[in-house]
Amino acid sequence: MEPVTGKDEAELSRLLRAALAGDEKAYADFLHRTAALVRGFARRRIVQGGVDPEDVVQETLLAIHVKRHTWRQDQPVLPWLYAIARFKLIDAFRRRGRRIEIDIGDIAETIAEPEAESVSERDIGRALDGLTPALRSVVSSVSVEGRSIGETATKLGISETAVRVSLHRGLAAIARRFGKTT
Amino acid sequence: MRTDDLIKALDADARSRAMPQAAAWWVALGAAVLIAATVFMLTIGPRPDMASAMHTMRFPAKFTYTVALAVTAFVFIRALSVPGAATRRLALAMWVAPILVAVAVILELLAVPSADWGRRLIGTNMYICMTFIPLIGLGPLAVFLMALRHGAPPRPVLSGAVAGLLAGGVAATFYAAHCFDDSPLFVATWYTIAIAFLTALGALGGRLFVRW
Repeated sequence: MEPVTGKDEAELSRLLRAALAGDEKAYADFLHRTAALVRGFARRRIVQGGVDPEDVVQETLLAIHVKRHTWRQDQPVLPWLYAIARFKLIDAFRRRGRRIEIDIGDIAETIAEPEAESVSERDIGRALDGLTPALRSVVSSVSVEGRSIGETATKLGISETAVRVSLHRGLAAIARRFGKTT
Repeated sequence: MRTDDLIKALDADARSRAMPQAAAWWVALGAAVLIAATVFMLTIGPRPDMASAMHTMRFPAKFTYTVALAVTAFVFIRALSVPGAATRRLALAMWVAPILVAVAVILELLAVPSADWGRRLIGTNMYICMTFIPLIGLGPLAVFLMALRHGAPPRPVLSGAVAGLLAGGVAATFYAAHCFDDSPLFVATWYTIAIAFLTALGALGGRLFVRW
């Protein structure tokens, strides 16, 4: 079981509800807090090497993003969120052709690792390379290069709407790639 | 890509909207019934004596089995398409339709002499049944698999199979309005085979198209 606290549940469902109503600040908060929870979840379950917990974090965040319309706002958010994390964790093991080494028991201690993510080449980064050049330039401008939608539009000489559409398509394409490679 | 960078991209895409999954299921059901009705009316259509047949026991009973299957499968698949949703009780509810059929079969065996059992089981329409239930159900199955793809089913193969049961329930409801073989012995045999085919096809579709 996950360390579910009533506070996490109330706070995260409030943030996601606000995000779905169009509050981008709330969405960023939600994603950062979710990343921290999923990181703990993945690190507790990946007992041996082969799967990088941070890959699971990223794939889970992406799945949460493209499937956020499946959350029913009258339902608790944590069971939904952890079910997605579990699905992506199993998926990550399967994709690497490994035996699933998920500890279903309750492990009290987390593995002693720094809380910050470890930096390495991520699967999502590799998936980004597989996009068409037009989509890739938009997605990497907004993510790796940290530009806003408006700055990206100026830099690439296209409209903001076109940036939004390409960003959405690019993220959806990356998410689909993970679904297909199993 | 660092996780913080990914979050920047996801946040920038916060405005994109998809239809809520709960609404998507109603749209899918509406489309599926429309497709099934169209195929049904363009091919075999209802039997001419439907109004008088409704006053018999066996004809209307067919709809209780098929509608029970469709309703339980619809409720089950909606939960299956959402991560973390409780599904155990809904899975148990899937027994309602088979139990209704089993009870009807027992009553039929008690009501008619054993010499008649074989004739009623074989009926006159078994090939039409096994052709048209899958045929009418094919479009609905495709629609339900698309709705599953729109969702996030943690068990794609099971979900695809339930999509097949749901498509089978919808298709069998229409087909039952056409068929003159009203004996539960016929229904329990040939409808089951036809729906099993759609279920297997749905499971395959779940495996191939529904992963996310």
